[in-house]
Amino acid sequence: MTPAAEIHTITLTVNGERITRSVAARMHLVDFLREQLDLTGSHLGCEHGVCGACTVQVDGVAVRGCLMLAVQADSATIVTVEGLTDSGVLADVQEAFLQRNALQCGFCTPGMLTTIAELLTVNPDPSRDAIRDAISGNYCRCTGYHAIVDAVQNAVAARRTKEAAE
Amino acid sequence: MKAPAFAYAKPTSLAEVFDCLDGSEGVRLLAGGQSLIPSLNMRLSAPTVLVDLNHIAALRGVTEASGVIRIGAMTRHHELATSPLIASRVPLIAKAVPHIAHQAIRNRGTIGGSLALADPSTELPACCLALDAAIVAASRRGERRIAARDFFLGIYETALAPDEVLVAVEFPASPVNAVSGFDELARRHGDYAIVGLAAQGVRKGETWSSLKLAFFGAGDRPLLAEAAAQAVIAGKGIAEAQAALQDALSPSDDGECSAKTKMHLARVLLGRVIATMESGT
Repeated sequence: MTPAAEIHTITLTVNGERITRSVAARMHLVDFLREQLDLTGSHLGCEHGVCGACTVQVDGVAVRGCLMLAVQADSATIVTVEGLTDSGVLADVQEAFLQRNALQCGFCTPGMLTTIAELLTVNPDPSRDAIRDAISGNYCRCTGYHAIVDAVQNAVAARRTKEAAE
Repeated sequence: MKAPAFAYAKPTSLAEVFDCLDGSEGVRLLAGGQSLIPSLNMRLSAPTVLVDLNHIAALRGVTEASGVIRIGAMTRHHELATSPLIASRVPLIAKAVPHIAHQAIRNRGTIGGSLALADPSTELPACCLALDAAIVAASRRGERRIAARDFFLGIYETALAPDEVLVAVEFPASPVNAVSGFDELARRHGDYAIVGLAAQGVRKGETWSSLKLAFFGAGDRPLLAEAAAQAVIAGKGIAEAQAALQDALSPSDDGECSAKTKMHLARVLLGRVIATMESGT
C-alpha cells in the first residue's frame, strides 16, 4: 500500500488536460486548482462546505472542492467552471445570467453554474421548485436568488423552443 | 482556515486498513469526508494519519440476500437516492436521503461515514433505529453485527471498538403492508434538522400491528419513542401519543431553539407523519 507520506504525486485530468503534480496531503482540491494550476474560477468562501462557491465536477458529479483533498483526486477527471465555459455547454445559461442580471459581485457564480450544469444533465426541463432545490446549497448574498432561478428558466425555455424548431 | 498537516494512506483492502489501525494515536478513517474535512479545515480535529476508505471496492454497493438488504459503508447518499432496490425494499431510506444536506454533499457523503460519526441531529442513524438495522463491524478479530439500538451511545459516540471498521449496514426488507414516514423541520432546506422523525410500521386496513418512531435532534442520540408508538398502535388518538413524547425525548437548548420549542416541534412532526402514514400517501 501507499506509505503514509506527507507529499504525494498525483496524476489527473483537469479540463481535458492530463496533469501530474506533487501535493501536500493536507491541501484541498480548490487550493490545488487555484494555487498550482492558476484556475481561479473556483472560489473559496467558507471552506467548510456550506457556501457552495468552490463546487467543481469530479468524475462527472458536482462536489465541494473544499471537502475533498487534492491527493484524493489522483486519477480523477475534474471539470471546473473554466472547462464548462470552454466547452460551451453552459454558454446559453451564462448569457441568460447576464441578461437577467443573475450576478452582481459574481463570487457565487462559478459554483452556481457548476451546480446548474449538473441539474440540467439530470433534469433537462426543471421546474422552478427543482431549480430552487438544486441551488439550495449555493449561497448568493447579492441577487436574492430570484434572478438566478429566472435565468435558468429562461435558458431552459430557450432550449425547448430551439428543439421544437429543429 | 487550512487543515493541519497529516499523513495520508490509501489502502485498497480491508487487511491494509486493519494494518493502519494498529493502536497508534491519531489515526482517523476518511469516508466521504463531508463532516471530517470541515472539522480539519476548522482545526477542530488534528489526526496524524488519514486512512482513505474510498479505494476499497468491497465497501461499495447495495445487495439483497435472504430478505436482508446490505448497504456497503462507502455507498454514497446519491447512490441510495437513486437505487431501485432501496426504493422498493427500504423506502424509508429513500424518503430520508433527499433531506441530507445538498446534492454536491450527497454525491460524496457515505452511509458508513454518517453512521460512524453518530451526529445525533442526522437522518440515517434514526432510520437505522426505526428499521431495526444491524451495523456490521469488522476487525482482525472477525466480523460482528451490532443492533442499531445498541450502536449509538451518545454525541459522536458509538459502540465501535478502536480497531474496528464499519463495513456495512443491514436492513430487513420491508414486510408486506409496511408503511414508512419521514419528515424533519429545518430553518432552510439542507440545514441540520431542528428535530426530525423516521417512522416504520406495519398497517393492515385501519389497524397498526407494529410501529417504530425514531426521533433525531431530540437528544444525545437518535431516540425511540416507544410509549408514543404504543398509543398509536392502540388507537388512543394522536394527542395521547404526542403527550407520551415528553418522557421519551430529551432535547437541549441550542442557539437556534429552546428545548421547549423542540418538544413542541416533535409533537407537531409526530402528528404530521402519522397522518401521512395513515392516509396511505
